[in-house]
Order: sequence, then structure tokens, then C-alpha cells
Amino acid sequence: MDATVISLPLPALPEGWEAEKDFRIIGGVAKSSATARTLEPVGPHFLAHARRARHKRTFSEDDRIQAQERAKKIEENEDSDISEPEDPILLQRDAKDWKTQDHYKVLGLSKYRWRATEEQIKRAHRKKVLKHHPDKKAAAGRADDDNFFKCIQKATEILLDPVKRRQFDSVDEEADVEPPTKKQLAKGNYYKLWGNVFKSEARFSKIHPVPSFGDENSTKEEVENFYNFWYNFDSWRSFEYLDEEVPDDNENRDQKRHMERKNANARKKKKAEDNARLRKLLDDAAAGDERIKRFRQEANAAKHKKRLEREAAERAAAEEARRKKEEEERLAKEAEEKAKAEREAAKKAKEAAKNAVKKNKRVLRGSVKDANYFVEGDASPATIDAVLGDVELIQGRIDADEIAALATKLSGLKVADEIKDVWKGEVERLLAAGKLQDGEIKALSS
Amino acid sequence: MSGSGTRPAVDPNDRVTIGISFGNSNSSIAHVVDDKAEVIANEDGDRQIPTILSYVDGDEYYGQQAKNFLVRNPTNTIAYFRDFVGKEFKSIDPTHNHASAHPQEAGETVSFTVQDKVAAEGEEEQPAPSVLTVSEVATRYLRRLVGAASEYLGKKVTSAVITVPTNFGDKQRAALTAAAAAADLEVLQFISEPVAAVLAYDARPEAKLADKIQVVADLGGTRSDVAVVASRGGMYTVLATAHDYEFTGVALDKVLIDHFAKEFLKKNPKAKDPRETPRSLAKLRLEAEVTKRALSRGTNAAFSVESLSDGIDYATTINRLRYETLARAVFEGINRLVESVVKKAGLDVLDVDEVVLVGGTAHTPRIAANLGFLFPKTTRILAPSTDVAAINPSELQARGAALQASLICDYDPEDIEQSTHAAVTTVPHVANAIGIVSPGASGEDVFVPIIPTDTAVPARRTVQLSVPAGGDVLVKVVEGNTHIKVTKPEPAAKEKDESKAAKVEDADDDADDDDDDSDFSDDDEEEEEEKREKVWKIGSTLAEAAVRGVQKDGKVEVSITVGADLTVLVTAREVGGKSAVRGSVPSA
Ligand SMILES: Nc1ncnc2c1ncn2[C@@H]1O[C@H](COP(=O)(O)OP(=O)(O)OP(=O)(O)O)[C@@H](O)[C@H]1O
Repeated sequence: MDATVISLPLPALPEGWEAEKDFRIIGGVAKSSATARTLEPVGPHFLAHARRARHKRTFSEDDRIQAQERAKKIEENEDSDISEPEDPILLQRDAKDWKTQDHYKVLGLSKYRWRATEEQIKRAHRKKVLKHHPDKKAAAGRADDDNFFKCIQKATEILLDPVKRRQFDSVDEEADVEPPTKKQLAKGNYYKLWGNVFKSEARFSKIHPVPSFGDENSTKEEVENFYNFWYNFDSWRSFEYLDEEVPDDNENRDQKRHMERKNANARKKKKAEDNARLRKLLDDAAAGDERIKRFRQEANAAKHKKRLEREAAERAAAEEARRKKEEEERLAKEAEEKAKAEREAAKKAKEAAKNAVKKNKRVLRGSVKDANYFVEGDASPATIDAVLGDVELIQGRIDADEIAALATKLSGLKVADEIKDVWKGEVERLLAAGKLQDGEIKALSS
Repeated sequence: MSGSGTRPAVDPNDRVTIGISFGNSNSSIAHVVDDKAEVIANEDGDRQIPTILSYVDGDEYYGQQAKNFLVRNPTNTIAYFRDFVGKEFKSIDPTHNHASAHPQEAGETVSFTVQDKVAAEGEEEQPAPSVLTVSEVATRYLRRLVGAASEYLGKKVTSAVITVPTNFGDKQRAALTAAAAAADLEVLQFISEPVAAVLAYDARPEAKLADKIQVVADLGGTRSDVAVVASRGGMYTVLATAHDYEFTGVALDKVLIDHFAKEFLKKNPKAKDPRETPRSLAKLRLEAEVTKRALSRGTNAAFSVESLSDGIDYATTINRLRYETLARAVFEGINRLVESVVKKAGLDVLDVDEVVLVGGTAHTPRIAANLGFLFPKTTRILAPSTDVAAINPSELQARGAALQASLICDYDPEDIEQSTHAAVTTVPHVANAIGIVSPGASGEDVFVPIIPTDTAVPARRTVQLSVPAGGDVLVKVVEGNTHIKVTKPEPAAKEKDESKAAKVEDADDDADDDDDDSDFSDDDEEEEEEKREKVWKIGSTLAEAAVRGVQKDGKVEVSITVGADLTVLVTAREVGGKSAVRGSVPSA
């Protein structure tokens, strides 16, 4: 063949690519991957190949047999796979009763049923024709024996028409796998037994692939997926095959319409029954499904665990709250006690101060008495009154500290003049500070 | 091709060869002039010659004339016998012989009983009818074909290549060889029908040698045979076949027979059903076939039979649309058949490059159109109604046979025997494609196949690739395989599921809601087409090679040879350059 020009580029050589003579072997075509097939000995290119292959060699019959054995077989043996003994009762069937005929059995396909491929049906048909064609019967001295042949033709007509085949498959109960009995289930094999039921039911599904029943090791997701799919099963199953025959003449119009309506209702009813049947199958399968129980238990255990956790958490929270509250209370109490102590201390200090003031005031008053009210001899009550009045006045104008300071200055003084000087000094200080007005002081100013 | 003593010894130099397609319904003869195959018309002007013999008053008729006698002389007319050659009575299907001479058991073989002789002049008594074995019938029929060819060529035809179905067994071949020998005809070779058709196309001067997957659908009268052929460098390997006896030309005739019979009875309610009288049925059948053929050419056809039943003439017309509606089940069966063979070959419809339509029924426009819908738009449908370049499907096999005959007409029988020996024809075929890697537009590696899958080894292919930037380039030789990538229109599907789930619930609670209408609307939604593409996957690497210093905008030629022992030889060079990089990768 000429070089084919391809409008695609070659990649650039990767940086640092090196090989001896610029060629590097990496793998090899696996010998086992090649298939021995038969070339058609036709055309100029084959003849050129043959010339090369023969190359002055002569091949023997043995070579032929060996080569043929190696070659992949393309043609099937006509009467290979399908062979089922024929039931003598079946051979007696009347072709007119085709409605009740088991078409698969007639063609020897009862093992396959809805699983039979179109090619299998065709091959089975051919095999039966070869055997049961009326001419074959005639050759065997049985003229006019074409009854079973007609059965074969009818079976083929139905099974090779996808619509009719579906209608028949819809009502082919031979293909059903009955739900397992309690007794069967008692022996175990729950998943296998039910699995076969659903495998058979799956043939009616419009949607593929259909999830299988699975086994004890299926995951929760798989099991849920199975039940979800099957509880929402979308079935193509229909029941027109079981219709009662509608008269095919024009005279009986009303009767015809009546029959048609009756058939339509019957189909609907059967369809509803079938849906209910499937639902019951599922309910039954689910009822004994240990996996569901297990998942539920696991879910419960998980829920339980959650509750315990929640309770523990609640307890911890309560504990924490309580602790916090106690702490707060403790702090509040401490603060209160501290405040109280402080208050008491303050009170004491205040009292002490008060006492000190009282004492100092006594010193102040005592000082004027010690100085005999600044007169010679017995002081008249008026003088005493005047001096004490002044002392009172001054005391009223100065604070505790000033009283204390004044008391300090006065204590220990015995000489009247010295005492008087201190007082005079104080009066002057107060006058200067504006705390006393001129004239307010009567006795102590002079 | 096992040696047979009955083969007449013909000196290769004296041979006059033809190609014969020998069908159950029709046969054809062809020869090659100036490298071109041509189908020969017989003395009646027919290129499709009915495979029928008829005996009337001691005279033998064949072809169309014999076919016409199916009405008046069915018991002495032998039809549909090709498939019986070399078979035992218990393994033949006599279905189509109902309206003509019936096959009977005759020891190891099958026979027909016909009155082929008349009383000699002056004699009263009729001679006893003859019991003719199917081999004898084949001999007589082949003799007529050879006679017609010899007359046309002006030379006695000595030898022929004959086409047979792919499931024609060794015993059948041996029997046919003997039958031909008895007709003084040397069988050079039997070639399979689908391959003959493919050769007829490939031998055209304008044909280009290319690697392709072809589906050959041979749609005849009594059988539909489909083959998937890997065509690799002009060599052919059949990957899968199927043989169907249901969806055929005869089934289409039956559709029309039933239609016209019913129409006739509607118009003539008192008349007898023409299907119930053999003679009326024979008339119906012949005319139905004529009408069917006319519907391949035009959109309207007439149907007209004199004295169809109870002496009533019947004439009417039918349009193509009506016919196509009536025949839908057969057409759909053909599509399913073709699809199933593609699957059987382990391929997808996307792998198929060409569909070659062969046989009389392949003229039907609707069949070609339906096959067009089955395959992607890029698949070529070679039928008269879909491709102007198509060859007449009825002539492909005879042409192919004639071409093969002209190729081997100089071969000694011994040479032919050795050339077609299983030791020569059985060869390893690579399971994976072998190719190289190219950087794709978006940076990903792209597989460029050079030797496709199912190629017989030894094989050699050469490609040229561009090097726009010049410089050093890498030739990475890898194995590759295809897979089908399916992209579904996701969101729509989800919505549908939900509505479906709801629907089933309804159906359970209230059966009346579950009517058929909702089912139909469901199906409509499924029309929502998913996108299917064939994508190459790069497999294991076999070797790497460097081509250095390529000129800007240069080209590199890569040549890969796979040896009989699966050794891979790689040669890479710049086009116009001096030196080449070479290496050999042993098989693993
Ligand atoms: N133009 C046409 N349109 C439709 N059908 C046609 C046409 N021409 C021939 N046929 C039909 O093709 C069938 C014959 O096919 P063909 O000539 O290929 O025969 P064959 O190869 O001998 O068939 P087989 O061996 O399967 O019986 C008949 O059913 C015939 O009616």
C-alpha cells in the first residue's frame, strides 16, 4: 500500500532522550494476543501472499488439518446447541390452539425462553422444519401430517416478532421462578432463592441493568438500591395475549366494541394484580431479609450510641454549669466579705478619727482651761463661755487634720501665754484663709 | 478444493473461464474483458437467470421460461435446489419447494421426480417419470448456463469460479464439483459469496486500496446472509457471519401475496381465496414478485393477474409507502440481523466503514435507508438507492467470481490447490492496532493507527506525518485499541426516573391510571439520544525512535512491518532525507 499522509504532527524529542542508534526497544507484541484466522483465498493481494507463503514449499493434508484446527471458527455447526427431547403429547397438539401453546417448548427452547437470542430461535426453527416439514412426513408415509409443523410455524411467527414475543413473554409463566416456600427457606440459601426469583422478574424491566438481590455481604447501599429500584419497578409486562377473541366481522359492531372494552378492562386488572403481586414478593422478601434487620439494628445501635453521647454531653454541660455557678457564688461571697471588711475597717478608722477628733477637741478645750481662760484668778462664767465659744467656733471651721495639728501644738503647753499664742496664731491663719471673719472671734483674738 | 478425480483435465492454456453465481433463486454468469468484469445476458436477455428447470412435452426449459411454467406445470418444474446439493434428505428444508416438484429421499441424497421425456414417435405409452438426483439437476442447470455463456463468448467455456455461501460445507463443495464435471465444467475454485462481492468493488480501476471493515449483506430470495469482513490491504478475513431464512425476498413476496389476496377478496367477497388454489397462488406469487421489483424502481406499481380466482381478473396498484408499511416486520428483521452480526464480530456499528448490499432484495430502497439509520452517517451504504457509485447488487457475486477466474486461469489445479491450502490461508491476525503517538490539539496524546486490528501478518504499512516546527522528533510506537464512549443526556434522564417512580405508585393504588398512553410517552422520552463515539486508547509501548534535524515544515515517513512471528520492524526517516532510523522489536 502507498504511504498514507496523515495531517498530524510528530511530538518533539524530549529533552535528554538518548538511545543507541536512536532506537529503543520498550515492549513487544504479545504472541498470545494474535488470533489465527482464515484469509479468504481471493483477489490479487491474497495470491501474492500465497506465492510468498508457498515459496517452493508443498503442504500436505496433515498441514491442512493442523492449520484448520488453529483457525478461529466462524461458521457454527448448524445443529449444535439446541436439542431437547420432543414430548410426544406436544407433537399431538392442534395448531388451532396456538394461544395456549408453549412456543419455546415447541421449538425446543424451554431451557432458554426469554433468554433465547433471535439467532437461536431461527436455528431452532430451522432444525424443527428439517424434521417436521410435511414433505418429510409424506416421505415417511404419513401424508397430510402438518399439524405440528403448523405449531412450529406459529411459534416462530410469534417469537421472531419482537412485539408479539413480548406479549407472549409477558404471560409465559413457565419462565417464572416461584417464591421460595418456608420449608425451602428453612434450609438456608435465603439470598440465592429469592435472588433467583428477582432474576426472573427482572426480565420485565424497562430499565437495565436491574440491581440484583445480592447476598449477606451486600452493603447497605446496595440493599437499599435494590429495594428502591424494585418498589419503583417499571415493567413492560402487558396482558393482551390473554385477550378474548374479538369477532372480526362487521355485523356485530356492538358486540365487538363490548369485547374490546372487556379486554381492555381485563388487561388493566391483570396489570394491577401483577403490580400487587410484585409488591407482595418484595414485602415477603424484605420481611425475612436479615440484612434489613441487621442494618436496622446497626442503625439503632448507632442511634443509641448517639443518645448516650448526648446524655453524657448534657451531664457534662450541667456539671460545668454547676461548677461555674459555684465559682461565681464563691467569688461573689469573697467580694462581699472583702467589702464588708473594708466597710468595717473604714468604720473603725472613722471612729478612730472621730475619737481622735474628740480627744483633740478635748486637748483644745483643756488647753484654754489650763490657761485659766487667759485670766488671772477665777474666770467669770461669761469669760469661760466666751473663750469656749471661740474654741467651739474654730473647731467648727477646721477639719480633723487641722484639729489634730492644733492639738499637737497645744499639748504639753502649760504656760497660758504660750497657749494663747498658739490660739492667736490659729485665729490669724484662719482669718488669712478666709475661714473666719473679723469680729467673729471674741475672746481669743486679743 | 480437495482433489477430485472427476475433474476434467483442462490444459490451462486452453481454458475459457467464467464466473458463476449459483443461487437458490437466481444465477448469473460473468466474464472479464479488458480487466473489467461483465455479466452476460442469456438468450432470453436475462442477467439474473432463475435457478429453475422445467420439463414440458419432453423439452427442457431453464431460467425465466422455466419460472413461468410454475403456474401451468409446477410438478415438472424444479426450483430452489442449490442448497440441497451434497445434503441428505433429513437435513434439507423443503419449504420453498411446495409449489413445484417436491424433494424426496434418495439414499444419501435428494431427488426430484419429473416427467422429462415423452413417448417416442408412434408409441402409445408414456415413459415412466425420471427420478433425478439433485446432482443431476445441478448438472443439467449448469450445462444450460455454460451453454449460454459459450454462445455469448463464441467459445466453449471450460472452467469457472463459482460462488457459494460461507456455510457451504466440504461435502456440498465436492458434490457441486462433481455435478459441474458432469456438465463438462472445471471448477477452478469456490469462493465465498460476500468476498466475491467485495472483490467486485475492489477490482474497479478507481478503487483505492484501504483498510476497512465491511458488512456484506446478501439479501436473496430464500436466505439473507450477512458477513463482517476485515478488508486489510486487499486481503479479506471474515470475522463473523449469520444466515437467516426468515427475513428474505420470499417473505416480502408473501407480504404482497397476502395483501393482494385480501384486497381481491374485499372486492369479490364471494370468490375463493386465491391462496387456497395452487394455481392461483402461483399466479399471485409471480405477479407479486414483479410488483415488488417495480416498487424498487418507482413509487407506484401495478398488479394485474388474468383469471386470478374463479375466473375473475384482478388489476390494481400499490404505492411504495403502503408496501413499506406492510413489509415493516421483514425490514426490521433485516436490520436486527445485520446488527447482530456486527456484535458477533465483537465490533460496534461505529467500527463499520462500508455496508455492501448484495442480492436481488438489496435493490429495495427502504432496506438500504434503514441500514443507513443503523450506522453512523460516515458509514457508506453501497446500494443503488443510496450511492450512485454502487454496482448492481444482483451482479456483484458473478463479477467477483469472473475476476477471480481471470486471476487464476493460468494456474495448474495443483497450484490452485496449494495456494488455497489451509496452511496458506490460516495466519495470525493482530488483535491490537499498532501505531504511533501524536500530540493532540489540547496537549493529550493521540493514537495514530498504522496497522489496524484484525490485520493478517506479515503486514506492512507506511504513513507520513508532518513536523511543522522542524528539529528532533520522537516516533513512539505503541499498541492501541478502541472503545465506545457513551455520553448520556443526564439531567433529562433523572427527571424521567422521578416521574416513573411516581407513576408506578399510582398504578398500584389506582389501576385505572395505568393506561398504555403513559407507556408511549415514556418511550418517546427514551428517544433522547445519547452520544456514542469511538475513541482510541493507547496501550503498551513497543519502541521509541528519534528522527533528528528535521527541516521546518518537513515530513517524516514511518513504516511499520509486522512479521509472521509478530516481530515489529520500525523504519523512520525524513522524507527526502538520507539516513533512516531502524529497529526491530521481537514479540513477547
Ligand atoms: N429490483 C428488485 N427489488 C426487490 N427485490 C428484488 C429485485 N430484484 C430481485 N429481487 C428479489 O431478490 C430475490 C432473489 O435474489 P437473488 O437474485 O440474489 O437470488 P439468490 O442469491 O439466488 O437468493 P437465495 O439463494 O437467497 O434464494 C427474489 O426474492 C427477488 O424477488
